[in-house]
Amino acid sequence: MSFSRIPAKQGLYDPEFEHDACGMGFVSHIKGRKSHKIVEQALEVLVNLSHRGATGSEENTGDGAGILIQTPDKFLRARTAELNFELPEEGDYGVGMVFLPHDKEKRAELQAVIKEITESAGQELLGWREVPYNNEEIGQTAAETMPYFMHFFIKKSAEIDLGIEFERRLYLIRKKIENKTKKSRYKGELYIASLSSRTLVYKGMLTPEQLEGFYPDLSDPDLETGLALVHSRFSTNTFPSWERAHPNRYLIHNGEINTMLGNQNWMRAREGLFETDLFGEEISEVLPVIDLDGSDSARFDNALEFLTLSGRSLAHAVMMMIPEPWENNGQMEKQKRDFYHYHSTLMEAWDGPAAMAFTDGRQVGAVLDRNGLRPSRYYITDDELLILSSEVGVLDIPEENIVSKQRLQPGRMLLLDTEEGRIINDEELKEGIASQKPYGKWLEENLLELKDLMQADADKSEKPAEEAVNNAEYQAEFDLENIEIESKKLLKMQKSFGYTYEDLKKILIPMARDGVDPIGSMGNDASLAVFSDQPQLLYNYFKQRFAQVTNPPIDSIREKLITASKSYLGSEANLLQPNAESCRQLELEHPFLSNQKLAEIRNLDRPGFQTAELDITFSKEESDLEEVMAELFTEAEAEIEAGKNILILSDKNINGKRIAVPALLAVSGLHHHLIRKGLRTKVSIVLESGEPREVHHFSVLIGYGMDAVNPYLAYASLAEMVDQGHLELDKNTAVKKYIKAAAKGVVKVMAKMGISTVQSYRGAQIFEAIGIGEDVIDKYFTRTASRIGGIGLAEIRQESIMRHDSAFKGVKIERDTLDPGSNFSWRKDGEEHLYNPETIYLLQRAVREDNYQLYKEYAEKINDQSDKMLTLRGLLDLEYAAEPIPLKEVEPAENIMRRFKTGAMSYGSISQEAHEALAVAMNRIGGKSNTGEGGENPERYTPDQNGDLRNSAIKQVASGRFGVDSQYLVSAQEIQIKMAQGAKPGEGGQLPGKKVYPWIAETRGTTPGVGLISPPPHHDIYSIEDLAQLIHDLKNANREARINVKLVSEVGVGTVAAGVAKGKADVILISGYDGGTGASPRTSIRHAGLPWELGLAETHQTLVLNDLRDRVTLETDGKIMTGKDLAAAAMLGAEEYGFATTPLVALGCVMMRVCNKNTCPVGVATQDPELRKKFKGKAEHVVNFMRFMAENMREEMAALGFRTVDEMVGRVDRLKRERALDHWKAKGLDYSAILHRPQPKEGKKVYCQQKQDHGLEKSYDLRELLELTESALENGEKLARDLPIKNTDRVVGTILGSEITKRYGAEGLPEDTISLNFKGSAGQSFAAFLSKGVSMSIKGDANDYLAKGLSGGKVIVQKPEESAFKADQNIIIGNVALFGATSGKAYIEGTAGERFAVRNSGADAVVEGLGDHGCEYMTGGKVVVIGDVGRNFAAGMTGGTAYVLDLDGDFAEKANLEMVELENLSDTEDTAVVKKMLEEHLSYTGSDKAAEILIRWEDYEPKFVRVMPRDYRRMITAIEDFKEQGLALEDALMRAFEENAQDKARVSGN
Amino acid sequence: MGKATGFIEYERAVPTERPVKDRIKDWKEFKNKFSEEAARIQGARCMECGIPFCHSGLEIGGMVSGCPVNNLIPEWNDLIYHGKWKEAVQRLLKTNNFPEFTGRVCPAPCEGSCTLGLNEPAVTIKANEYQIIERAFEEGWIRPQPPEQRSGRSAAVVGSGPAGLAAADQLNKLGHQVKVYERQDRIGGLLMYGIPNMKLDKEEVVERRLKIMEAEGVEFITGVEVGKDLSLKELKAEHDAVILAGGAAKPRDLDVPGRDAEGVHFAVDFLRENTKRVLGDDNPDYISAEGKDVIVIGGGDTGTDCAATSIRQGCKSVTQFEILPEPPKERQEDNPWPEWPKTLKVDYGQEEAEELYGSDPREFLIMTKELIKDEAGHLSGVRAVKIHWERDDEGNFKPVEETASEQIWPADLVLIAMGFLGPEETLIEDGDLAQDGRSNVKADYGDFRTNVEGVFAAGDMRRGQSLVVNAIDEGRKAAKSVDEYLNKDN
Repeated sequence: MSFSRIPAKQGLYDPEFEHDACGMGFVSHIKGRKSHKIVEQALEVLVNLSHRGATGSEENTGDGAGILIQTPDKFLRARTAELNFELPEEGDYGVGMVFLPHDKEKRAELQAVIKEITESAGQELLGWREVPYNNEEIGQTAAETMPYFMHFFIKKSAEIDLGIEFERRLYLIRKKIENKTKKSRYKGELYIASLSSRTLVYKGMLTPEQLEGFYPDLSDPDLETGLALVHSRFSTNTFPSWERAHPNRYLIHNGEINTMLGNQNWMRAREGLFETDLFGEEISEVLPVIDLDGSDSARFDNALEFLTLSGRSLAHAVMMMIPEPWENNGQMEKQKRDFYHYHSTLMEAWDGPAAMAFTDGRQVGAVLDRNGLRPSRYYITDDELLILSSEVGVLDIPEENIVSKQRLQPGRMLLLDTEEGRIINDEELKEGIASQKPYGKWLEENLLELKDLMQADADKSEKPAEEAVNNAEYQAEFDLENIEIESKKLLKMQKSFGYTYEDLKKILIPMARDGVDPIGSMGNDASLAVFSDQPQLLYNYFKQRFAQVTNPPIDSIREKLITASKSYLGSEANLLQPNAESCRQLELEHPFLSNQKLAEIRNLDRPGFQTAELDITFSKEESDLEEVMAELFTEAEAEIEAGKNILILSDKNINGKRIAVPALLAVSGLHHHLIRKGLRTKVSIVLESGEPREVHHFSVLIGYGMDAVNPYLAYASLAEMVDQGHLELDKNTAVKKYIKAAAKGVVKVMAKMGISTVQSYRGAQIFEAIGIGEDVIDKYFTRTASRIGGIGLAEIRQESIMRHDSAFKGVKIERDTLDPGSNFSWRKDGEEHLYNPETIYLLQRAVREDNYQLYKEYAEKINDQSDKMLTLRGLLDLEYAAEPIPLKEVEPAENIMRRFKTGAMSYGSISQEAHEALAVAMNRIGGKSNTGEGGENPERYTPDQNGDLRNSAIKQVASGRFGVDSQYLVSAQEIQIKMAQGAKPGEGGQLPGKKVYPWIAETRGTTPGVGLISPPPHHDIYSIEDLAQLIHDLKNANREARINVKLVSEVGVGTVAAGVAKGKADVILISGYDGGTGASPRTSIRHAGLPWELGLAETHQTLVLNDLRDRVTLETDGKIMTGKDLAAAAMLGAEEYGFATTPLVALGCVMMRVCNKNTCPVGVATQDPELRKKFKGKAEHVVNFMRFMAENMREEMAALGFRTVDEMVGRVDRLKRERALDHWKAKGLDYSAILHRPQPKEGKKVYCQQKQDHGLEKSYDLRELLELTESALENGEKLARDLPIKNTDRVVGTILGSEITKRYGAEGLPEDTISLNFKGSAGQSFAAFLSKGVSMSIKGDANDYLAKGLSGGKVIVQKPEESAFKADQNIIIGNVALFGATSGKAYIEGTAGERFAVRNSGADAVVEGLGDHGCEYMTGGKVVVIGDVGRNFAAGMTGGTAYVLDLDGDFAEKANLEMVELENLSDTEDTAVVKKMLEEHLSYTGSDKAAEILIRWEDYEPKFVRVMPRDYRRMITAIEDFKEQGLALEDALMRAFEENAQDKARVSGN
Repeated sequence: MGKATGFIEYERAVPTERPVKDRIKDWKEFKNKFSEEAARIQGARCMECGIPFCHSGLEIGGMVSGCPVNNLIPEWNDLIYHGKWKEAVQRLLKTNNFPEFTGRVCPAPCEGSCTLGLNEPAVTIKANEYQIIERAFEEGWIRPQPPEQRSGRSAAVVGSGPAGLAAADQLNKLGHQVKVYERQDRIGGLLMYGIPNMKLDKEEVVERRLKIMEAEGVEFITGVEVGKDLSLKELKAEHDAVILAGGAAKPRDLDVPGRDAEGVHFAVDFLRENTKRVLGDDNPDYISAEGKDVIVIGGGDTGTDCAATSIRQGCKSVTQFEILPEPPKERQEDNPWPEWPKTLKVDYGQEEAEELYGSDPREFLIMTKELIKDEAGHLSGVRAVKIHWERDDEGNFKPVEETASEQIWPADLVLIAMGFLGPEETLIEDGDLAQDGRSNVKADYGDFRTNVEGVFAAGDMRRGQSLVVNAIDEGRKAAKSVDEYLNKDN
């Protein structure tokens, strides 16, 4: 029995990947005045956040809710008195809240343990109290796992000081109890929710509404506190867990730690160095610091608690763990910068989205992550309350009592000291902490920078000073003498390390020439590494993981300010007693070392730095890599023993006899070995290797612990290519740009996971292995997911030898030339590809001639993977029935084709001809085509004369929101939210200006010739509850459409999908990593994500385990090419199936893989009008293909004995894997996890059977608005209404808008036909997708996503008259307002949160101030800001204009000037525009500020800055010029476009 | 790489040929080279396909599509566009031992499957190959490179055609000692005596290569016919392995009355003897077409070679009979890309005849019924009928004579160019070699082993009559198999 029922790891399900997100808040009296009212208010906050939590398959079982309060002395004193023991003075006793088993005997034993440990720690156990509970209301699963609750009381002994020292003692007692029970048979049966003299936690597997009723204590008027933290949890599973509910002991957290694996490894590694007087000898008793059974929040809590109790203040510890992004912030004060800089040498940041509130019972504080990815707002009232929560309006407080309305800001800390009775502002607080020690001086004296070293060396030389400096700078980076390797030797080395011609031409050259990771297209169709007969580099077995749903990827280009690539070399010191020398490390700007830099490091001659070199080559005679590795470990330990603290692993010794150990194996193996030995933080691992060359290689190396790298062979190869004239650069520049590309590429790979600093990424192991055996993983890549087993060291060695042999054996011309390499382009006898000359030829002929026999030949070629394996499913055989059923008894092809979909390919990536052919074909067969993310021309919504319909049934909503307006959504049968895309999960995309043809721009609602950027994340989805919100928004926008959430296969996708199912998605798509694409970095195409087989099976299994499977439809896609593939997909759990590349092949695609170049010679993936004429595809071809697939599937069904697809779903028992049991690599694979078959609950099916309950009937619109506005809707009658609103009223106005769009199309109704005037706090997504003709105003405030996707409506937010504060200094609306707005108007009297008007393409807005990242990615519309703006304004803004009142004259520092220009408003012709918008603002809101500005316009006008995107201006000017020359608009657009296309694309690289 | 928009900007151009009037006066090659700039531009047209069908070497419906030796075409096209000739030749030689042969005589299935050919004229792959290798020879980049080490093992290659030479070259480069046995008086097989000099110059091209191979250590033995002068057994005793690459030398005969007339010859004999004469031999078996009406039976490449040779010898007229219909000018729907395009090609022999005699020399859908002899037994004419093709009951195509279409064609010389049936029997019988259903020596593609231990077969001898480029492919791969065989004890 235990308090959770999270299933054990089984099949592909692993509890390690569970996530949660939540609503959180606190209420505190500023002076700490205790009252029961605070408890009541906190509980009210909690209940009003319940929509941010979730329930599982049972309505009355919540994911968890809880409250943390100050020790309620009065209450406890009274209760214990009844129990006949007396409590000492407040503070002199601690109270524990412990979960124990119901079994009396067990409980007694555990109580005895607690008593014994308490006493052995010199304290007195005063007594026990049974905590009353009332479990009548709670759900069955919660009840089944409910623990027995007890309070226990510990009396402080006299020799211990009050406060922190006592807390430390209690911590020690708790850790001892935990460590002891963990090792005993009672593991999992004891959980101490809190044990403190200051705080007490009540929590459980409850819904927010249930919490108070469950614990009667909470209603007791004696229960008083000065502060209370509350939390409501949204977990990705439905498994009950009492202990995972928040609050933790010190904090509540909404978010997720992306770098957890690294953080906990590093903490573990550092434990060896721990020493502190505070714990003395007992320090070993509290280790390990981190309890791996906890959630990531709990682990964070463990670390925070430990750092605090070992001597740092709470705020100090939080600043260490979640530092502000200081690296790229030139404006930060030096002292604070020094503080962060110094601490970064002690510990890496814990990186990931977070809103966190923490308390030690006296202070209460809150922070956001460095990028502000979670919302948090607070009020201060005139009766001295501080109320913070994820949303505003959670507590009903009269407006006139509110003194201030604010939000947490990224990197800023809010701290209330209840003893001091005041809020300490961020500056004062941090200044105080940063000045405690002379960090700046310490850094100056001890931290070495490589460039200083080099400078010093240069100074030593005898050359004249100036020359020395120049020379040093020049040589500092790149020493020519050192780069080059003699040509013949170079070739041998290249071949030994597996370099191919393709590597040089398609990876190295583009990196050096363009300075970015090269782009490819059409996805990946080559073998998995474990199936390839070509020797594979070890890196190829590792697939990058990425963020989807539960946390956002980040945009490392447009939001560069939060990223950092610094690295440190040298020994770390004792984390617990930092001193001046703790930062005696060598600082690198990034982990890439030029040859010269490496030489400097090698020759380092400074106190505190000693390098040693370890050879990582072996000879063929050495039989065993394990021995080679063991030797490496021994040598490394000996060097560390000898005081060396920088280990250089080098493979430069390779020659005809010596072979390189795969660098990744050496690095990761050593890293893990040293962690285990407690030595890791004493040394740095530097790699000098000829092996790594691609961004992926470097990423994996860093991810597995490498500190710095010198890829000397890549440099030498570049140098030679310069000599040969392949690169028109000098060698230095080539290498420099290559390094730049590599460093930028690594940052981008991290960003996919939402990680922003290299330091935190190091060792975070954000990878999944595929095809590597358990022995290798456990020993050398510890705790990496590798779910189907695979190769061992012998095979790894074999691959190294094969590479080596190719350099030294065979015919000379072959030895002397690089092999072609065929990862990207097909080559005979190279890597196998599913699409090859034969399969393309056969398929195209089959569909053109409607020849099923040819199709079967094609299918045979794909299915027959007996001697050339490519895919996981290729190894699966269908277990046919002994007696097949007649084909005619199988459901007809027409039924099956309804389950077919074509993939999301945007109009823009493919031609109109191709896009429409797909739509027509799918509509003909009753399947569904997908718009992709580029919008759709409304002309296509009505059928053609011949009855064909070009309207895509699925409308995609992607991060760019191009063309996503009310009409688009209303025209959908299914709306797909693209969380990730197979070819580049975790990334955004861009359409360069020269591809934005006028017709593309029109469909996307943008300007021709101006580049468009799709951000990596949806800016309205940073977490699972956000996704649930967007699902809800879209369901409101079109109640008939199914909402489909597209995920990409990766480890843990099953738990994400379970969360998505709880978030009410109707369909979940698990996409394979190999999907086609118009353009994507090659790194991502091959190395990010997993095959769908794994993701689908994991998802199906997890949904069944969660009892959620029957409420969602599961879809999959990714190179599904035959009926057998379909059958396998069904049996692994999919009910619907997507195809993208193959239908394109049917339409004529011949896998040129030039989609990104606009030169598709068959007119499929091009917009060039001439090339489009070459398009020969017909809808019939696609229809034929789909029919062949359906028929082929029917044949398989007949043979299997299934009459319907439904009965096939999840039947993994009919799949077997017997093939390739003798393949030299694949023989090690174990498919049992994929073929695991959990049983559903009795009576439940494992395919979709019930509709999700979206709860729309509870919406304001259906409750009231539709009825209220009926006359307006039907007859266009004008009306106005005054209405109340509160934060639980979400998505108000959207259904009304959709009804208008349905009736009146995009035109809507005349302006102001319907006016709805609300008063109160509006919930999220107020006025989302609001159509023209509706005006909605709020007096009060609003939460996040106000007016997202605004489609012509008008939104006004006003400060209530009774409010006393100044509008422009208080926040009135939340984050991400006007995201993806396409048209309409907004007037905001007050400031907005972060990311105002992101991706706005046509709405006009006035706002009185805003947070960071304002107008990011904007492409159209006008925004006037008459207050402060945050940082990074206008990043990635390619269109529209913004006008900012820059009173302090510092706007230029806050704006991101990469794409925009600033000019004085008075120098432009827009004065009237701004004035008019302000006049409207004044008239709608009565804004004091607008009035002031208009009255003194002459004074203010010069302070207005116009923000104008450069490309946009150029295009607008060109279009105007052509119009003036007398051209019609259409021609003017085309001429301007063509002129522009002659120039290079303007948008900077992705 | 290359030029992404090259195919849009530039049109296909092929190198010029010498004017007919000049070229028929001698036996020199008739094709010119590109200028460097022209070659560069043609290289730029290559689209560097994700799937380069040109390089694929597929077999579709018995016809080859794409390059059988899998030349790395996109790579060297890109390199010549960038002017990197030296690297281009490296990439070319990686897959092809003798690009100077294929660059001249290959019918270029690569171009038939070039992706650009889907809707535009294909890239001039063959001319580019020719350009690269000739440039390499001119620059002196092609020099003998004997292997650094010898393996101590030896192999015999029987037959010195393209398959035998490719095998010999590869085995020698792998360090094995190689002896090539040729029954003719000169090395080269089909390359020497099957293809006329104006297409492939014997001294300047074929012997240039042979000299290099000799300098690299390959031993050539002429005038010895294995199976007759030397038994396979004896050969085996002398060597560790043997590759049989004797070609498919048995010509298909014309079974009609009058076949024994004087003046009726197999094309091979005609061409061989002519080449000997060109090379300065005073050969008594020389067959002259001078002043004669010549009828070539067979519309293939050899037929064309016969026509062109006759023209250079000074024939009075030349006619080529082809039993099949005239192919269409454009691809038909049932012959889509990337299949070998079954379209009408006008080769040099036809061009020359047309210019000299005013019309294409080919007669299609014509079947020879009789070779008419005069009293002296000399050929005087050919009786032939027009036909069409119909399917018989079993679905096989059969020729059906057109009524009243019979005609007598005056002729002094008939050259039979109807292809080859398979290898000659001498060696097969001597070596007790198993044969396949088509009388070829039985060996699987890939390992090339015959039923006799240590004996391998490659080229036309194994697969039947085919292209030079297929022969090179077989020779290369057979060498690989032999190498594995020779190393099996290591």
